[in-house]
Amino acid sequence: MKRYSIFSLVGNALSGHQNWPLAWRNPSPKKQYDVVIIGGGGHGLATAYYLAKEHGLRNVAVLEKGWLGGGNTGRNTTIVRSNYHLDPNAHFYDLSLKLWERLSQALNFNVMYSARGVLNLVHTPAEIDAAMRRGNAMRLNGIDAQFLSREEIATRIPNLDCSPNARFPIVGGLLQPRGGTVRHDAVAWGYARAADSLGVDIIQRCEVTGIRIERKAVSGVQTTLGDIGTSKIGIAVAGHSSQVAAMAGVKLPIESHVLQAMVSEPVKPVLDTVVTSGAVHFYISQSDKGELVMGGDLDFYNSYAQRGNLPMIENVVSGCLALFPSFGRLRLMRTWGGIMDMTMDGSPIIGKLPVSGLYMTGGWCYGGFKATPASGYVHAWTIARDEPHPLNAAFTLERFGEGRTIDEKGAGPYPWAH
Amino acid sequence: MMLIPCPYCGPRNQIEFTYGGDATLRRPAPDAPESAWVDYVYLRDNPCGPHDELWYHGAGCRSWFKVRRDTRTHQILESATIDPPQPADP
Repeated sequence: MKRYSIFSLVGNALSGHQNWPLAWRNPSPKKQYDVVIIGGGGHGLATAYYLAKEHGLRNVAVLEKGWLGGGNTGRNTTIVRSNYHLDPNAHFYDLSLKLWERLSQALNFNVMYSARGVLNLVHTPAEIDAAMRRGNAMRLNGIDAQFLSREEIATRIPNLDCSPNARFPIVGGLLQPRGGTVRHDAVAWGYARAADSLGVDIIQRCEVTGIRIERKAVSGVQTTLGDIGTSKIGIAVAGHSSQVAAMAGVKLPIESHVLQAMVSEPVKPVLDTVVTSGAVHFYISQSDKGELVMGGDLDFYNSYAQRGNLPMIENVVSGCLALFPSFGRLRLMRTWGGIMDMTMDGSPIIGKLPVSGLYMTGGWCYGGFKATPASGYVHAWTIARDEPHPLNAAFTLERFGEGRTIDEKGAGPYPWAH
Repeated sequence: MMLIPCPYCGPRNQIEFTYGGDATLRRPAPDAPESAWVDYVYLRDNPCGPHDELWYHGAGCRSWFKVRRDTRTHQILESATIDPPQPADP
């Protein structure tokens, strides 16, 4: 891998940027790999990178049916945070945030981590209690959390309507200062380049159509580019975990739902914090290009369509205008949808599946992007050692039948309610 | 925008309805083995294609009914009432 640096930038500028090397190879699949990863998004590429980097497994292929980062890696709203209440979530997502903090240096690729803070607004006394409780739980787990008063929020975010007669009056907020945003495409590209340089074969436009099983253990995959032999398969396919697991006869506690997001036209810097409101079901941040990036709830019905319907867009925009009346003059530029694998307790499944040699990281509900580095890290650990890392030991498939669900919201087995 | 055909009221805007999930689930007998209950409570077919699901017409007749809808396109293929009551699986 040719390192990116100020010297390579100056050198290539002098030659008119005509001589940059390709960031990764475009190999044909071999007949046999030690590990095959299904899915070339952030999670799959991170898994391959950590398999090579941490466990010395370099005879690894990543199979992607489309192009790198073309699924949910390119469709999320780029927010990273670890403001969770329950211990398994708090420790897992904080590993992720710690990896985000130094990922640009580790990958030699600028992923543009911006610790601009994530602020959860609260609107009622009951919400203050819940935010204080979660903030205290975070601090006990060694995670930064800070409760802000209405006055502190009004000073920090001047265009937020903090007046007492707002439609949803703001009474405070829970801030995680280390939370923020990361450039989503750069995550896929950075992991792909680093994994490729360690010998991982990244094969695009190669769809897995079947999983071969012999004597209750995986022996390979059937793909649109032919059969590939392997004794270990990691599934990292975002919104299609049910379909891929079904190829191995495994049924998952997952429903796939559509989540929409949208951006305004780009404007000069107006918002330097990620702001969310659970009561209004709304969150917003400003991208480095200047667009206001926002989203809200699921559309609330099973979907694989990667697009939603207008009522939820209206809901999100009305939430935006209730909190930020001054954004009413902006035009909405683009909306899109991504498919969320919603589990029955709102927490992911990372670990072994009931077929020998088959592993998955999935069921990310709508929290997959921020988990990318830690997901890859513990998924690679689990594949390499055939046992879970302590930080994903709780996220098993079996937890549902054992009564060990990790239900952050306490919503019960209604996947669209998490 | 989805136009959902309520079998009692006719086609109405989706904002009048609440989603109720997979309509093919059948509650096991009370003495069924625990694995049958785990399957019923947690596991889903989650099909990529036609999906039988429950909807509730909360802003209309306040009835539950069944819809068959394609999860790849959101196209609604048919809708039906859910009576007579479905017998529990043996």
